[in-house]
Amino acid sequence: MESDLLKKMLRDILLARAFEERAAQEYTQGNIAGFLHLYPGEEAVAVGVLHAAEPADYIVTTYREHVHALVRGIPANVVMAELFGKKTGCSGGMGGSMHLFDRERRFMGGYAIVGETFPVATGIAYAIAMRELPEAVICFFGDGAVNQGTFHESLNMAALWRLPVLFVCENNHYQIGTEIHRHSAVAEVYKRAGGYRIPARKIDGMDVLAVHRATQEALAQIRAGNGPQFLEFETYRFRGHSMADPGSYRPKVELQAFENEDPVKVAIAETVEAYPSAAQIAAAGPDNIERLMGHVDSSSHLSPGQLDAIRIEVAEVVEAAVRFASESPQPTLADAEAALNCNRHEEVLV
Amino acid sequence: MAEQVYYWQALNRALDAELAADESVITLGEDVGLFGGSYRVTAGLYAKYGEWRVRDTPISEGSFTGLAVGAAMVGLRPMVELMTINFALLALDAIINMAAKIPFMSGGQFPMPLVVRMPGGVAKQLAAQHSQRLEQTLMNVPGLRIAVPATPQDAYWQVRQAIRSDEPIIVLEHELLYFGKGTLDTSLEAPPMHRAQVRRQGNDLTIVTYSHMLDLSLRAAEQLAEKGIAAEVIDLRSLRPIDWDTCGASLEKTHRLLVVEEDSRFAGAGAEVAAGLTERCFYNLDAAPQRVAALELPTPFNAALEAASIPRTVDIVAAAQKLCAH
Repeated sequence: MESDLLKKMLRDILLARAFEERAAQEYTQGNIAGFLHLYPGEEAVAVGVLHAAEPADYIVTTYREHVHALVRGIPANVVMAELFGKKTGCSGGMGGSMHLFDRERRFMGGYAIVGETFPVATGIAYAIAMRELPEAVICFFGDGAVNQGTFHESLNMAALWRLPVLFVCENNHYQIGTEIHRHSAVAEVYKRAGGYRIPARKIDGMDVLAVHRATQEALAQIRAGNGPQFLEFETYRFRGHSMADPGSYRPKVELQAFENEDPVKVAIAETVEAYPSAAQIAAAGPDNIERLMGHVDSSSHLSPGQLDAIRIEVAEVVEAAVRFASESPQPTLADAEAALNCNRHEEVLV
Repeated sequence: MAEQVYYWQALNRALDAELAADESVITLGEDVGLFGGSYRVTAGLYAKYGEWRVRDTPISEGSFTGLAVGAAMVGLRPMVELMTINFALLALDAIINMAAKIPFMSGGQFPMPLVVRMPGGVAKQLAAQHSQRLEQTLMNVPGLRIAVPATPQDAYWQVRQAIRSDEPIIVLEHELLYFGKGTLDTSLEAPPMHRAQVRRQGNDLTIVTYSHMLDLSLRAAEQLAEKGIAAEVIDLRSLRPIDWDTCGASLEKTHRLLVVEEDSRFAGAGAEVAAGLTERCFYNLDAAPQRVAALELPTPFNAALEAASIPRTVDIVAAAQKLCAH
């Protein structure tokens, strides 16, 4: 792997963690309200996948999408401003945390109804296929989404018409509080794609290099005209479903087992009383960030000093983003009306 | 260049014209391609424009409507045909949560040139699951526009306007209209899509109606004329937005309002029309606005009960006479 790309991924993964932890702080201080779904633990998926994508590819994602937006290149300032509901946010303060959009970067939105990303992505891919363009659509979703009708309906159409979609399952093993063996008859998500003759693989979603490699291979298949591809990334969210959720339904042994890269056990026992502390998480073993650092070190791409410099840089980016968001103006009702009527070109009665 | 055509033919010509004019226009739905559409609306288009632009879909209303939303976000101009409005209930997430909201919640970044056509209403003994009106559900969604063409002329132009618009537009077509004939003159300049039309002039009361109930209201107006009552009949043509000005101007003259709808009365389209006009025209009214609407029943299969469940011409005449007696 080339050292530049490795450094970029390391920087993005560190930015992702710093951004999300800061968003959590801003939430507890009341600067961010509403639902806030955070990504710590899952960073390797968005970072690995999106670094394998081309700028001309389209991204359709879920309500847990701050990191996808950042990796796609949407400035941290406007992402944080959107979380604050400000006019300068990437959706003008009309969308919020769950609805980040950036048309220019082909970031086609965060969707907050589980299962909506499938038809939207399939529709964009339909337009690409009809126009015979070399682009692809990357469709993110969680393990909980695969039991929605839209999953089956959309995979069927994507396969039937050989549409250029990469289906990316971020399998964090929980649909909010229900563990996968309690919500899915077939818990190995990738096997479901076989029902529609879509090539599918299961990949370690805690290893950013494995994620990146698998995505490159899948996108190459799509660009070769071989139709949709499906990747299941096994991952884990360290926090609860949203800031409103302490995640106390999850057995501590499971969290530890996952962080030690053991297979996830359907655990019964012991539930933790509250969300585990940072120290507990750190004690449990290497997470995806530490694993990437291991790669970086072992291939001698970065000196410890360079690593520190990256940490300082991302901390400054996040600090500046919070400052930008705090100081930005609130949107007005006139802004809301303008957004609603953005496509009204002719004279219309009201 | 006026000619007599079926309503479905007018729709077919509108689609043909737009498919020919702009290669980003596509149409999709169940049996719209090879089969030509359940009501023949897409007849001949598959052979002419090919499978990518006239797409037969699986029975997956939620996802092929959502697919059209995604396609519209990147510049296609999809027209979805839902085989009947009853199936639209499976597509409401795509219509309400996606199409109506994406332009808004993205802060105004995305166009949504999506048209969803839905045949609906009470036809002939199709029973409760195939005899439905959903205008009240869709009227309550900011971000949507709803066209209700009652004539071949309007079907032609409103659909062409809808395809050219960058806003998501629902076209409600009544199943009893498809095989009725009317005048189509494509050379006539089309009025704005949302503008109501006075279909008959009169001074004694204003009947505000739309879609298939226009036919019944015009027939009722004929009968009322024989009884010495001159009814003005307004065809709304659009249920969102509603052309309050045209209705209000009529009430300045007639001072009496009768709303005729096939939808059931409770919280229906007529409730909004009556409330909106009462707010705007209260001091012009000589009597409380009245509604003629369907009974609060799922549509019965039995022919006599079905007929009794929705407004008949005689109901409109009776309501108008009662209103004018005050």
